[in-house]
Amino acid sequence: MTAAVPGRDIARETVLTRIRDALGPDPVVPEVSRDYVTGSDLEPDAVVERFAERVDDYRATVHRTGHAELPATLAALITASGAGRVGVPVGLDYAWLTELPDDLEVVRDQPTYDTAALDTLELVVTASTVGIAETGTIVLDASPDQGRRALTLVPDHHICIITTDQIVHTVPEALPRLDPTRPLTMISGPSATSDIELDRVEGVHGPRTLHVIIVTD
Amino acid sequence: MSVAPQERGKGAPQERGKRAPQERGKVVPQGRTLLPVVVHAPRGVGHLRGDESFPDAARGALADTQLRRNLGHATATIRDKRAKVVGEVDDWEALRTAGKAIKDHTMARLPELLTQLEANVTAAGGVVHWARDATEANQIVTRLVAETGSREVVKVKSMATQEIALNEALADAGIEAFETDLAELIVQLGDDKPSHILVPAIHKNRAEIRELFARTLPGVDPELTDDPAALAGAARQHLRERFLTAKVGISGANFAVADTGTLSVVESEGNGRMCLTLPETLITVMGIEKLVPTWQDLEVFLQLLPRSSTGERMNPYTSLWTGVHEGDGPQSFHLVLLDNGRTAVLADEAGRETLNCIRCSACLNVCPVYERAGGHAYGSVYPGPIGAILSPQLTGIEDNASLPYASTLCGACYEVCPVKIDIPSILVHLRAEHVEAQRETRRVPTAEAISMAAASWTMADASRWEKAQTASRAGRLLGRRRDKDAGRIRSLPGPLAAWTAARDAPRPPAETFRQWWARDRGADT
Ligand code: SF4
Repeated sequence: MTAAVPGRDIARETVLTRIRDALGPDPVVPEVSRDYVTGSDLEPDAVVERFAERVDDYRATVHRTGHAELPATLAALITASGAGRVGVPVGLDYAWLTELPDDLEVVRDQPTYDTAALDTLELVVTASTVGIAETGTIVLDASPDQGRRALTLVPDHHICIITTDQIVHTVPEALPRLDPTRPLTMISGPSATSDIELDRVEGVHGPRTLHVIIVTD
Repeated sequence: MSVAPQERGKGAPQERGKRAPQERGKVVPQGRTLLPVVVHAPRGVGHLRGDESFPDAARGALADTQLRRNLGHATATIRDKRAKVVGEVDDWEALRTAGKAIKDHTMARLPELLTQLEANVTAAGGVVHWARDATEANQIVTRLVAETGSREVVKVKSMATQEIALNEALADAGIEAFETDLAELIVQLGDDKPSHILVPAIHKNRAEIRELFARTLPGVDPELTDDPAALAGAARQHLRERFLTAKVGISGANFAVADTGTLSVVESEGNGRMCLTLPETLITVMGIEKLVPTWQDLEVFLQLLPRSSTGERMNPYTSLWTGVHEGDGPQSFHLVLLDNGRTAVLADEAGRETLNCIRCSACLNVCPVYERAGGHAYGSVYPGPIGAILSPQLTGIEDNASLPYASTLCGACYEVCPVKIDIPSILVHLRAEHVEAQRETRRVPTAEAISMAAASWTMADASRWEKAQTASRAGRLLGRRRDKDAGRIRSLPGPLAAWTAARDAPRPPAETFRQWWARDRGADT
């Protein structure tokens, strides 16, 4: 029981009593049979292949690179974007940023930055937690290398780095890897809407450009 | 038709013995057990009742060729998309079966699971509130917003807050609510009403939306075209500043997980993420039926919902949060658990599974009646097949008496429903309940009452229902006649004979809504 708000307990007891009355003394509780697919029938390489294919399907741009080439790949992508001010979460691996051009302003996120400050960032680079191949999804859990949720929301361009060991085939394989006590964001392509004639259009309030770099070794 | 019998004296003290007009307490004859006092959504608040009956409201829509063209185009698009992405899932039927079982299981354990959710949300720093009805929920939210000192809120599309007319309640208290979902924005700017669960502005085409934006958005580019990408861009520009400065966000919830206290919003545009992340205070209003028991259960619904809803393998954004996360997102979180007639639905064993609905809107998109009549004709914020069974149960049948007839019983809704809600059977059940209610007032059993009771008996049992469906499919073939009897089936075999003896049975899918309506409910149009 939380704060003593007058009426709260009466409302609570009333609703719970109504539910118990509605169900009767001995409601039958059906068993849940999980006959759906919970694992994967694909080889690891095929899982990564499917992930790349499905992420691309939703108009995110997919790049593949080895660990050694990652800093160069990242530098090339950022340069091509034309962004001058790039945000990164506090825990992002410094080694990834070693080849960025000198005139680029790299801002490490700080708790004191308010939304207006985040709005000055043109691009954000983060790591990720899990990738789901079947649905082309990336999950962020706000760990130090991914940053708080606002950091990957306010800037218009998100570059997200994922390693192959983070990629699973199906949704049921992904959930046990996630920690529900963390704030989670599942991302499948750039922001989109189907609100005009039920046709999908990319680019509304969330980042309008999404790049995914798969680190292959 | 069976309401779980209940022993005398189980009702809450403040309810026992007094029955407000909207409480459907059935007359209890001497010597029978007392039925539970069921409390429907109150009158005079919220958007569950239309101003006119379905046939009257549908008449305008049926005459509006532009509206019918818009709806026809949009529903055809989404039907194709859904069919394609559902077709690629080999275990779709197993997922549907599990989805239904999880929801049935949830309803049976609802008191325990709700208190578990409450404990987990509270432990994670959230505050849980309980609202018996729309009025109480509106009061709670209004008070919470007032306490922040903010005079405006940003909102993510939520059926629950539409149902209780929260925006109107906030406006009465001098608080402005800004809808941020593109379709909701279109509805709000046009001073219009939502007509679809997923896409409240489905009745408008791109040219109409362009005209609306040009007229109502301050500082909009006069060269704005009707290209959907340009229209989405205009909405982005319009709402950006609002998001970045908002102090209070209000959302609904797609799912709440009892064993972790996690809440979830499934969306596309990123307006949900904005409202859930940037404000200092977040208030989530959720029907008491929206929960699932375990974290693992999400693996089923995160597969079923996007494919059924927008026809995507996964929607662009799903946010999951558990109470308050230090240094990330709102530092004050309130969860309002809403009854507003849901316990009345739960009390009716034959209608209970209506609460399993995950609001995907697939049943709307395949419904021949919805496609012709449009969403506004249903009066309530819940249109289409789900609305035809949910609204009358939330309000009591007498307040939405025409809705259970707003269907051809073709069964398409049942086939697409990701949680296998048997909508046709519930429609027939509600028709029988309506007839029964009329009979009780008139004290004379009508022919309609007798025939509907027979139909209800058929629908109540799976094998009987299948036989009847086979019969009606045969009827469809028979019905392909070019004479004046086309569209009518003179008699059905077996238990349905009693129904067709009193009136011609509808020839289910191939009939036009207009023909069917004229015949089926012609008497009171
Ligand atoms: S009744 Fe089924 S198909 Fe219709 S909205 Fe609800 S879950 Fe979807």
